[in-house]
Amino acid sequence: MEINTTMMKRCVLLNISGRIDSSTAPKLQETLNEVIAEGLYRLVLDLKQVDFISSAGLWVLVNAQKKCKRFNRGELILAGVPQRIHGALDLAGFIPYFRTFEDSTKAVGSF
Amino acid sequence: MRSIAFPGRFSSLDEIRDFFTQAAKEANLDKESIYHIQLAVDEAASNIIEHAYKGEDRGKIECSYLADPGRLEIYLHDHGHPFDPYSIETPDLNAGLFERKQSGLGMHFMKSLMDSIEFSFTREGGNFLKMVKTRKEKNPPQNKSRR
Repeated sequence: MEINTTMMKRCVLLNISGRIDSSTAPKLQETLNEVIAEGLYRLVLDLKQVDFISSAGLWVLVNAQKKCKRFNRGELILAGVPQRIHGALDLAGFIPYFRTFEDSTKAVGSF
Repeated sequence: MRSIAFPGRFSSLDEIRDFFTQAAKEANLDKESIYHIQLAVDEAASNIIEHAYKGEDRGKIECSYLADPGRLEIYLHDHGHPFDPYSIETPDLNAGLFERKQSGLGMHFMKSLMDSIEFSFTREGGNFLKMVKTRKEKNPPQNKSRR
């Protein structure tokens, strides 16, 4: 799994690629925690190049969303969600927790 | 039956998924079923490391399978602490974001994605998990009375 972080004008864009499982999820959690610890709560996660996510990875997204949305200070938005990843989010009952956009440009523009 | 024992650590998950992906291809399963198997065996092996061994590098995960045309039987075996599937809380899929508790999702995935799952434990042998997946029909029979 690779994570590429870009500071945008109104949010932080994180491009993620590869597989997010129990082995790699801690790295994603660490990266998100570092961003949030800097007081940045408006995040876009581009999942276009993610080809596998397990429950361990899904919980990282949900726990980050809890931190971002606390005190209405921000939000974590998902972009370019592949069909299989969407299926896993749906099976977990996580769809209502996230706004999703078809690509990161639209997601970044929504802030 | 083909078997391989993998070290009980999270870095084995890639190889465990690959092992059962090859098995599913051998059983001539469809792409969606293969993906379901990848997800289910990932969750099963992660549970073994977390709950049976209670950490990494405490024991092996023995993976085996029986492949028939259109049907795959998956076996995972460990020598960790007894695993009681009934002790796993059922996730509340309708809970709000801040009310959602982090538990039971892996088991929910395994039950939802596989045709059947069975757990057993013996003092001498350890934990055994059997999961079965059959090929999804390309054109499932339609119930004509439904609209």
